[in-house]
Amino acid sequence: MPRLTDIRPPVIPGLLLLAVIVPLLGGCARESPSEKPPIHVVPDMDHQPKYKAQAESDFFADASAMRLPVKGTVPRGYLRADDAFYRGRDETEAYVTANPLPPTAEVLHRGEERFNIYCSPCHGKGGRGDGTVVARGFTQPPDFVSDSLRQMPVGQMFEAVTNGVRNMPSYRHQLRPEDRWAIIAYLRQLQGMTEPGDTLE
Amino acid sequence: MAQIFPPWANRLPVLTLLAAAVLGLSAVSFVWYYFSPWYTDVGYRPTQPVFYSHLLHADSLGIDCRYCHSDVETSPTANIPPVQTCMNCHKIIKADSERLQPVVQSYVTKTPLKWVRVHKLPDFVYFDHSIHLRAGVGCAGCHGRVNEMLVVSQAKPLSMSWCLDCHRHPDDHLRPPDQITNMDWEPAADQVEFAAKQKHELGIEPTVDCSGCHR
Ligand code: HEC
Ligand code: HEC
Ligand code: HEC
Ligand code: HEC
Ligand code: HEC
Ligand code: HEC
Repeated sequence: MPRLTDIRPPVIPGLLLLAVIVPLLGGCARESPSEKPPIHVVPDMDHQPKYKAQAESDFFADASAMRLPVKGTVPRGYLRADDAFYRGRDETEAYVTANPLPPTAEVLHRGEERFNIYCSPCHGKGGRGDGTVVARGFTQPPDFVSDSLRQMPVGQMFEAVTNGVRNMPSYRHQLRPEDRWAIIAYLRQLQGMTEPGDTLE
Repeated sequence: MAQIFPPWANRLPVLTLLAAAVLGLSAVSFVWYYFSPWYTDVGYRPTQPVFYSHLLHADSLGIDCRYCHSDVETSPTANIPPVQTCMNCHKIIKADSERLQPVVQSYVTKTPLKWVRVHKLPDFVYFDHSIHLRAGVGCAGCHGRVNEMLVVSQAKPLSMSWCLDCHRHPDDHLRPPDQITNMDWEPAADQVEFAAKQKHELGIEPTVDCSGCHR
């Protein structure tokens, strides 16, 4: 008959079991959402006294670490003297009627991709003015395949995209001029106005 | 003379060794588990100044990631959009909604909206979005299904081993460059041949040199 004091808890297997169970329990804590900033145990040089893009600055009054060029200066490659390309207007201030980018297959492909990213939320994938945002209450944009837009000079379209027009927002800061022209080349294709021969390289 | 040590003391050295081994093991597994970025970083989901939802904008409305993160293909950083981008639509849509007031205020008063950063590599690591996107690595592979997130949370550990796992074996992660923002893309059956072809055509050679990421 064993006495009570003879029964000893199995210390070693117990410890081993604990060593296994604790991490397993922790398994539920892994990858769980948390609002608290991550703690790095060895922060080393994680934070260096330098600015990264879009960082906040405590030096400049507007709190922006990214600075604009000084007023009246032009960075190299940004002169933009070519009015036809950068404003869609010729010397007489009339809208240009020919796309400065020839509609090669490459340009049209680029234009289609950019159109689907930047224009389709409102104008719809087919350019019919039936985008998802319009269904939620945005002003209905015109149908690109209508006569009035088929007759619109490409320069005027370019200006609409660059500066916005009435309810249409400006895409100057989201799209480079090359991409704006590529989109317009693609629009002409949507409108059925690009000759099929033009697309051959 | 009476015995100084009781008989069980004979087992002490063995017990001490075993205890040390068990304690050491648990200490190592504790650090291995709880100090790893899988535990510390993944799931970080800060409260943002605006209740902005990717689920609504990127999924229900189907807006492409690049509509807002417009520099991601050409620059190292994927820019957080300026409020001007939000106002493209919100000048008209829900302009007087309570939830949008911080955006409208920021736009009107020209003061920056302070989004809280989610993904953050240590400052001694160099990362570049554009080169990954040009090689055809999709957003979803590194950020998870952002289009299903009401609030963005970190999905991957962004640890060095995570970077290297892909840099050593990128094949499963490559897709056609026009599918990079497609959240539903799945590798096809011929992924191996496709990856080999794409690696050859685009000259993809992910770096494993220290100086590639620590420049
Ligand atoms: C936020 C919604 C929205 C987006 C995105 C959008 N548009 Fe528009 N667009 C409109 C609306 C609304 C109009 C009608 C403007 C009006 O008459 O008030 C319009 C009109 C136009 C017009 C005709 C301008 C005129 O003078 O009548 C052109 C051309 C145009 N959009 C091109 C584009 C292109 C190219 C893109 C992509 C870069 C684009 N739009 C993206 C909403 C949008
Ligand atoms: C309508 C604009 C918009 C669209 C479209 C959009 N985002 Fe965002 N995204 C934001 C804003 C604003 C933030 C900053 C607030 C936040 O973190 O929720 C953000 C934050 C993020 C972050 C976290 C950044 C950080 O701080 O680390 C990731 C990752 C991200 N977006 C990925 C995506 C992906 C992938 C898509 C495409 C499925 C996408 N976004 C589409 C506006 C947008
Ligand atoms: C392409 C158009 C578009 C852009 C760009 C856009 N939104 Fe929206 N947003 C919408 C639409 C459409 C709704 C849904 C309205 C509804 O519920 O019917 C919405 C809803 C919202 C709501 C919820 C409003 C409410 O009261 O329920 C918030 C908050 C919001 N957006 C924030 C943002 C922020 C921040 C940005 C900029 C990063 C942004 N949106 C950019 C179209 C847009
Ligand atoms: C190879 C992996 C990878 C891919 C692919 C990737 N990202 Fe990122 N993303 C990261 C990492 C790593 C960071 C953190 C960068 C840092 O802290 O400097 C990040 C940060 C971000 C941020 C926060 C701002 C910044 O740049 O620091 C946004 C927004 C974002 N990503 C959006 C996107 C979108 C949208 C896509 C797809 C078009 C994408 N990412 C594709 C790894 C990736
Ligand atoms: C899902 C796969 C994947 C992940 C994850 C990934 N990368 Fe990459 N990375 C690539 C591929 C593929 C390339 C090669 C691009 C090329 O050669 O055209 C690359 C290239 C790079 C380069 C450019 C190297 C050079 O040749 O100059 C840097 C820097 C880099 N990665 C950093 C990182 C860092 C830092 C991380 C982790 C935060 C990371 N990457 C995570 C796939 C990945
Ligand atoms: C593909 C990109 C990549 C390459 C290649 C790379 N590293 Fe790293 N390294 C990282 C990232 C990302 C981190 C940050 C990890 C974190 O925050 O957990 C890091 C962190 C480190 C750290 C700091 C660890 C800490 O916890 O503070 C050291 C040391 C380091 N790397 C050394 C090296 C050496 C040595 C090599 C070459 C053999 C190398 N790295 C190659 C991406 C890389």
